[in-house]
Amino acid sequence: MTAKRLSSGGRIDRSQSLSFKWDGNIYNGYAGDTLASALMANGENVLGRSFKYHRPRGIMSAGVEESGAIVTIGEGAKKDPNVKATTQELYDGLMASGQNAFPSVRFDFGGVNNLFNKFFAAGFYYKTFMGLPPFEWGSKGTWLWMQYEKVIRNAAGMGRASREFDPDTYEHGHDFCDVMVVGSGPAGLTAALEASDAGLDVLLVEQDFMLGGDDLNRAGDLDLIAAVEASNIRVMTRTTAFGLYDYGVAGLLERVTDHMAEAPDYMPRQRFWTVRAKYTIVASGSLERHVAFGHNDRPGIMTANAGAAYLNRHGVLAGENIVISTNNDSAYSVAADLAGAGASVSMLDARETIAGATAEMASGAGIDITFNAAPMRAHGPKGIKKLEYASNSDHGWHHAGTVSCDLALISCGWSPVVNLLSHRGVKPVWNHENACFMPVESNEPLAVAGSATGHWNREDCIASGRAAATQAMNALGVSKTQVSAPANAGWENPIEPLYEVRVDSHKLKSFIDPQHDVTSDDVRLAHLEGFVSVEHLKRYTTLGMATDQGKMGNIIGIALMAEALGKDIPEVGTTTFRPPYTPISLGALTGRGVYDHFRPLRRTPMNAWNLEKGAVMMEAGLWHRPWYFPEKGEGISEAYIRETEITRNKVGLCDVTSLGKIAVQGPDATTFLNRIYTNAFAKLAIGKARYGIMLRDDGMVMDDGTTWRLSEDEYFMTTTTAHAAKVMVWLEELLQTRWQDLKVHVTSVSEQWAGIAIAGPESRNVLSKIASNAAEVTNDELPFMGVTQTTLKGGIPVRIARISFSGEMAYEAYVPSDYSRDLMDMLWEETTKVGGCLYGTEALGAMRVEKGHVTGTELDGRVTIEDAGLGGMASKKKDYIGNVLRKRPEMAKEGRPQLVGIFPVDRSKKFNAGAILCEKGKVSGFGVGWTTGVTHSPSFGHWLGVGFLEGGYKAWEGKTLIASDPTRAGDVEVEIVSPHMYDPKGERMHG
Amino acid sequence: MLRIQCPFCGERDHSEFTYGGDGSIEYPALDASLEDWTEAVFMRENIRGSQLETWQHTSGCRSWLLVERDTMTHEIHSVKLSHPDMGKATGGNR
Amino acid sequence: MTRYSAWSVFWNGLTGQKNWDRAWRDPEPKKEYDVIIVGGGLHGLATAYYLAKNHGQKNIAILEKGWLGGGNAGRNTTIVRSNYFMKGNREFYEHSLKLWEGLSHDLNYNVMFSQRAHISLLHSPGARDGAARRYNTMRLHGSDGEIWGLDKLKKEVPHLNYSPNSRFPIIGAAVQRRAGTARHDAVAWGYARAADQLGVDIIQQCEVTGTTTKNGKMVSVETNRGTIKGKKIGFAVAGNTSRVWQMAGLGKLPIETHKLQAFVSEPLKPLLDQVVVFGVGGAHFYISQSDKGGMVFGGDLDWYKSYAQRGNLPIVQDVAECATSILPCLGRVRLLRHWSGVMDMSMDGTPFICKTPLDNLYLNAGWNYGGFKASPASGWYFADLIANDRPHEHIANHDLKRFERGYNIDERGAGPDPKLHG
Repeated sequence: MTAKRLSSGGRIDRSQSLSFKWDGNIYNGYAGDTLASALMANGENVLGRSFKYHRPRGIMSAGVEESGAIVTIGEGAKKDPNVKATTQELYDGLMASGQNAFPSVRFDFGGVNNLFNKFFAAGFYYKTFMGLPPFEWGSKGTWLWMQYEKVIRNAAGMGRASREFDPDTYEHGHDFCDVMVVGSGPAGLTAALEASDAGLDVLLVEQDFMLGGDDLNRAGDLDLIAAVEASNIRVMTRTTAFGLYDYGVAGLLERVTDHMAEAPDYMPRQRFWTVRAKYTIVASGSLERHVAFGHNDRPGIMTANAGAAYLNRHGVLAGENIVISTNNDSAYSVAADLAGAGASVSMLDARETIAGATAEMASGAGIDITFNAAPMRAHGPKGIKKLEYASNSDHGWHHAGTVSCDLALISCGWSPVVNLLSHRGVKPVWNHENACFMPVESNEPLAVAGSATGHWNREDCIASGRAAATQAMNALGVSKTQVSAPANAGWENPIEPLYEVRVDSHKLKSFIDPQHDVTSDDVRLAHLEGFVSVEHLKRYTTLGMATDQGKMGNIIGIALMAEALGKDIPEVGTTTFRPPYTPISLGALTGRGVYDHFRPLRRTPMNAWNLEKGAVMMEAGLWHRPWYFPEKGEGISEAYIRETEITRNKVGLCDVTSLGKIAVQGPDATTFLNRIYTNAFAKLAIGKARYGIMLRDDGMVMDDGTTWRLSEDEYFMTTTTAHAAKVMVWLEELLQTRWQDLKVHVTSVSEQWAGIAIAGPESRNVLSKIASNAAEVTNDELPFMGVTQTTLKGGIPVRIARISFSGEMAYEAYVPSDYSRDLMDMLWEETTKVGGCLYGTEALGAMRVEKGHVTGTELDGRVTIEDAGLGGMASKKKDYIGNVLRKRPEMAKEGRPQLVGIFPVDRSKKFNAGAILCEKGKVSGFGVGWTTGVTHSPSFGHWLGVGFLEGGYKAWEGKTLIASDPTRAGDVEVEIVSPHMYDPKGERMHG
Repeated sequence: MLRIQCPFCGERDHSEFTYGGDGSIEYPALDASLEDWTEAVFMRENIRGSQLETWQHTSGCRSWLLVERDTMTHEIHSVKLSHPDMGKATGGNR
Repeated sequence: MTRYSAWSVFWNGLTGQKNWDRAWRDPEPKKEYDVIIVGGGLHGLATAYYLAKNHGQKNIAILEKGWLGGGNAGRNTTIVRSNYFMKGNREFYEHSLKLWEGLSHDLNYNVMFSQRAHISLLHSPGARDGAARRYNTMRLHGSDGEIWGLDKLKKEVPHLNYSPNSRFPIIGAAVQRRAGTARHDAVAWGYARAADQLGVDIIQQCEVTGTTTKNGKMVSVETNRGTIKGKKIGFAVAGNTSRVWQMAGLGKLPIETHKLQAFVSEPLKPLLDQVVVFGVGGAHFYISQSDKGGMVFGGDLDWYKSYAQRGNLPIVQDVAECATSILPCLGRVRLLRHWSGVMDMSMDGTPFICKTPLDNLYLNAGWNYGGFKASPASGWYFADLIANDRPHEHIANHDLKRFERGYNIDERGAGPDPKLHG
């Protein structure tokens, strides 16, 4: 290929010279160039290496179907592998390099693979690499395969991705419109203009950086674009409608700064748009097809229309001595243009003859045509030098001649881009006259226009764009016009379907999917071995699975399979195209939801206060909760043991705001609670709280918490942190769908109330100091499980219940969230006076383990109320959710694992949560139980824990077992005690 | 993206909603038989085609909805509030 | 039949690739079979293979409405592991993993089972203890399982997001080294070829359109290729189980059909050598790199019941967020394709391999989205059930009646909400 930049013509701006780098060489191009056109103008023709055989590859197209010029852009953290040079807009400073090659795409050691290509047929890897050659000897496991795999993995892959954090930012956008038009060729532009003229809000989406579609590839004015620019149409260029989803929702990718040398910091690299369109017009164009012939992958062979694009758009004459091979009329205007630009052009036409305007165009341009001729074999590994061609007869193709050339352009038909319809589950149908798959009517608000529906000339495309717009206007009620699209008139001279030129007696390496090195012989091998359905063909040969997603080769593959089967193409069918239409970055899909914004972070209103006091935070679902409050030099162990000791002996404060809080209000609130909790709520007095368990429908424990009766018809329910949202949804479901007669309203008030636990023997003392009226919190006025609504000093409204998770005398106090800092300051002042402390979830956990209280770790969705040792809370006098199914035989049977307490036999030993409890001498299998919570207990001075054990404490009282933890600590001998290890009679909390 | 016409909030993306389950299930009384409860909780017709199902507008008005939807095409035929009286709150006949 | 080997590849290379046999025959259906397996997915194919191999059955047909392996066999993210800890599951998946380890040699087909390790990231001490219970149980059953600290993890998987400022900092991982990935299509083809060699008739493009039942037995199935009688009939039609079940007049099942999306990126040079699983803050994400170089990944269901093999954008976005959060270098990597498959989601996340109300009908269903790794054992135990007309002790509770008994095998503890099991 001896390409050259012309001194005039094209749609580039020769006043804006851009400097760029290719494999270290500095070149110049112009604004309006793609990387491909600029490289071509600079005489580079080997730009890539293929996947399997590492064959040299050049530019094969001028668009998204590119399968040859696949390159890497940028370096370091901003490296982008697998970029199609044909779609990369040139900018000043662009840095590009070849990939999948060593040391370079011009000379690649990997090319040695090509010498062995006769062995590397489709699917060969399924037949070997299991053992040692030649007969797959050796071990029966996977070890040998995995050695081969390492080599294969290194050879496979295309580009190399950066290992660094992606430094760019991305955004998400959301939009709505009446009509979304995809594609800005003549059909799309016309449709957009028509719909906009009718007053509809139109969004026009174009993947290219210029509007115009195929108009850009022809000489002449862009009159439609001027009209669009003067209209109200919202235009998005550099934006790909990559997928159509349910309800007219489209996914769009906007490349905001990928064409900029240096982007301002405030701009995202790309935006992912979710667009909800009332009507969608797909004017996505069509792609020109190659044909399979010998060495048809050589650099210097590309689609005919690409030749026109590089000439008329980029001002690059791709060759001086050009042979164009076609089976249809479209290549003739390309030939005329190229000849007009000074190239020597000859044509091979697979048809017997042509007539009409097409023939006149050719003779007018003085182009020599050889009829009944098609390319057979190309020569020139790194740039085509000559082309052997063949003629057809009753006996098939035979060698007919050779032409020398520096560029071969191929046009073997056009395939409408039906991908977006395929996303909607619309299967295209084969059209014999046009030799292509055509879209069919969809029953969604969607129309197809232009060459995407098989219109091959500009006038018809415009007419079909107008018809599509009218369809949209009718559907949206702004028009009631009958307009029918022009019929698919076919070509002036019928197309002669041609997919492969196979010549008996010549062994030809003919590529169908050039990127993945799938050849026509591979298709025949797949057929020989029975992989005949298109999906098997695709999967066995990897046809269509490269980064062009089969845009270049799928139809040829299907046609060759049809031939092998002796069937028609429609009988073989086509594969389903999946989104995205072109590959899109994960960064764009992610948008801002990454790193520390991956999920929302919930902070309690005391968060800042806690941090000021030195809290180390812990993840609890989406919450951050104080884990421990280390004093100088303390690690977690020292801190939580100190916090526990101080709380048990004096007083401790713990932020419990993350608990779910639900206001349950209404005349039937009591009835409602009585149905959802296993224990009786019917007689809970006003001013009292009760611990309750709720079950799922299937009788397993769902959640636990305390519920406070504030008045005749108002309750304040608390849930666990983990299940707060789930419980709220559950209560709403019950009230709205099952028990519609109950007059109850539930409101989540989790955000409204900040909660603090005040625990320890000094807790009442501290509380009385901050209460407006200390008399309200005396033991008589606020006994165990008592509730009061009152104020604290300064008039802060507060709800207090005397409840205890720690096992000490304790209170939970809730103030409106805005008062939390005042509350904490007041509390802290009094707490420090008596030598109290703050404690976090680690100490909280330690105290609950000592008490044998259950948490989400125990209530893991597989536990019955009896398993949790709370069987006494299951009322026998009333019905409640779960009470039927919890009595199913396996759930009610004896010997299920139940909650127990666990001490190490050697009290100096530590054991872990997550250990398996096994009988001595039987440390294997499922054991007889497991540990769930383990802590070092300051009260006992040794490690202890809770867990589940078959038959529970009853069955194992005083016995010893092995807590086996092979993944971490090994085996520790333990003895089984009651789960209520600390203050089993509960005297302290009643005190 | 499914678009669901919430009777209170208007047409919204389905990502604002939570799918509940089979809306044709009538949950038995709390004291009903084990068989009835097993059937309601565990057994499903699992229709391919138009089915009645529940959704909740969790990121909106929190209403539970009864939606008639095709499980093959995702087309929604009707949406109404699960609780027939809730629409009265707005004074309308939703 | 040609035995596949380096030698056969070499010899056929020299002789122009002309001498390969069909991987499996394309027989006309006979009038009657001893066993008919409805469904030519991985489970159906494996069942037929083990019926022939382990139980000496000679007269078996697989009826596939489309092309074999066209359902979830070819739509999954190819992960193989046995990190299950509940009774029934533990034995089942371990057996499956052992079958996987010998599968390429057994089938004489390279299914590319790569025991590259399955790494579940841990983000809190509580999660580590929870994982420890699971992996300790595995170890005590003689399987492998490890808990890694951060240093070890960083060394083995260098490109994860280890920033302490990430939303959920990583503190370690639970690891099964024998787990990994396999080439999904190859497994289907390997089983098909091996079953075919043992005489199984694999009949594609054969859709069951009706069934005939007499005296509590299913005597035949009606198909678009005629009526076919079967002495024993097994259903293995993931995603469509309820429909076939209702066709047979058998009523409801504890199954809902949901769809799961899967994703693959453009091919890249080796970037990730293991399977990595990320699940915290309500996220669920798994990723590995195929031998071709594509990053293969997935996440949660689309959250609403569906039979459509088409996904929607919210999960696409969610999955991308997980990908870039855990492997921040993936921000610039491009998604090449996303697709979806339909899943039988069961009420406790555990499948059914069981007898049915009809004497000679057997059911294999409810694989949630764990069916790929299960395929060898699924076929093995299902074949055992069909041949012996009684469940193996390991699958004694994989029956439809377990919910009546209150025997839930609920690895996630999610309860009877099918969309929450995975």
